[in-house]
Amino acid sequence: MKGLLLTLQITVVSVLIGTVVGLLFAFFKLSNSKILNWIANVYIAIIRGTPLIVQIFFFYFGLAELGISSYWCATLGLALHNSAYIAEIFRGSIQSINKGQLEAGRSLGMSTALAMRRIVLPQAFRRALPPLGNQFIIGLKDSSLAAFISSSELFNVATTQGSRTFEEMTYLLIVAIYYLVLVLLFTLLVNKLERKIAGGDE
Amino acid sequence: MEQRKVMINVNNLNKSFGELHVLKDVNLEVHEQDVVVLIGASGSGKSTLLRCLNYLEYKESGTITIDGKVIEPDQTDLNKVRQEVGMVFQHFNLFPHKTVLENVIEAPVMVKKIPKEEAIEEGRALLKKVGLADKEHVYPSKLSGGQKQRVAIARSLAMKPKIMLFDEPTSALDPELVGEVLSTMKDLAREGMTMLVVTHEMGFAREAADTVVYMHDGKIVEKGTPSDIFSQPKHQRTKDFLGTIL
Repeated sequence: MKGLLLTLQITVVSVLIGTVVGLLFAFFKLSNSKILNWIANVYIAIIRGTPLIVQIFFFYFGLAELGISSYWCATLGLALHNSAYIAEIFRGSIQSINKGQLEAGRSLGMSTALAMRRIVLPQAFRRALPPLGNQFIIGLKDSSLAAFISSSELFNVATTQGSRTFEEMTYLLIVAIYYLVLVLLFTLLVNKLERKIAGGDE
Repeated sequence: MEQRKVMINVNNLNKSFGELHVLKDVNLEVHEQDVVVLIGASGSGKSTLLRCLNYLEYKESGTITIDGKVIEPDQTDLNKVRQEVGMVFQHFNLFPHKTVLENVIEAPVMVKKIPKEEAIEEGRALLKKVGLADKEHVYPSKLSGGQKQRVAIARSLAMKPKIMLFDEPTSALDPELVGEVLSTMKDLAREGMTMLVVTHEMGFAREAADTVVYMHDGKIVEKGTPSDIFSQPKHQRTKDFLGTIL
């Protein structure tokens, strides 16, 4: 049970941080500044181009020495990993909003920032929800990699219990069912949310 | 009549998109309470001229004066200018995630910081004026094109602009819905709103316009009263154009 909570905690916290950082890099990519574009492109290229487990170990060996717990190493590793994908999700959804929406806001005297916040982003978030839900599910399952830096989340608990009792298959099966149930519950939640905010869509 | 003040003055305006020279030394003067209708073939620069006036497009050279103030993007607060120059778009551009009333009160509340109750009251009055009082809680996707455009007009009016720009407001509408939008615009003209309208609705131009301006290839070819332009155009190009559409 403690493993389950830790898994959820790692996932939720890392996706939340990932969303904030991802949104930031999405703005970098959309900005007119060549430097910001470049920073975002390099960041996304590096994160997407290297395996998650390598990133987690990088954080582990880099940060653990500074006295940062393996929980935070795993969470931060996952958060940055997620942020690169979330940045692309946001960039795509913001770009998919018709240019006329921003123009309409501006023609009413709104600043670009205000029109972005009040007009474009709410619509972009709505469009981003399905891929974000997908990314959350990937993040949930990826959190099992935290086991490799001895975070006692779900997967780690299962393998430890398995080797202690020599019933590896049983525990693997149990942990698989745990993940499956979590993902199904979450999918249900996202679907509900999508329906709820579908209200005024075209 | 000539005592009325000049609301819009455009002097030697030029604008290009890359290689394409869209506006060539355009000069135009619009007086307070005037209704000016811009006509011309697609690509003649009518819409670009309109979009330059509230700086959705930046001019290249020339001067634009709105209500006595010269507008230069690096010296003027464009957001302020745009509050006074309303714009209605061909494709409505209503905010789909907001109800009709929310669309109308968004800018007064967020930009002008008018108390919400007050904005709602004014918003309701505007919706009543455009004949959509019963739709305030409806989302735009549930409206017909004509209703959407009337909401868009109400949304613009909510900022109490001094000038209204209409960029082909009926071009995206089914023919049977054009009338309701045009009659809303005529009401507005009657109330003395200064209006600049790009349209292909010659009936509207004839009935509501004080001045009709014919544009061709980025230049103003001819301007005059509707009866002058439609009955005795001076330029061959104007004749040709009117010949193709009337």
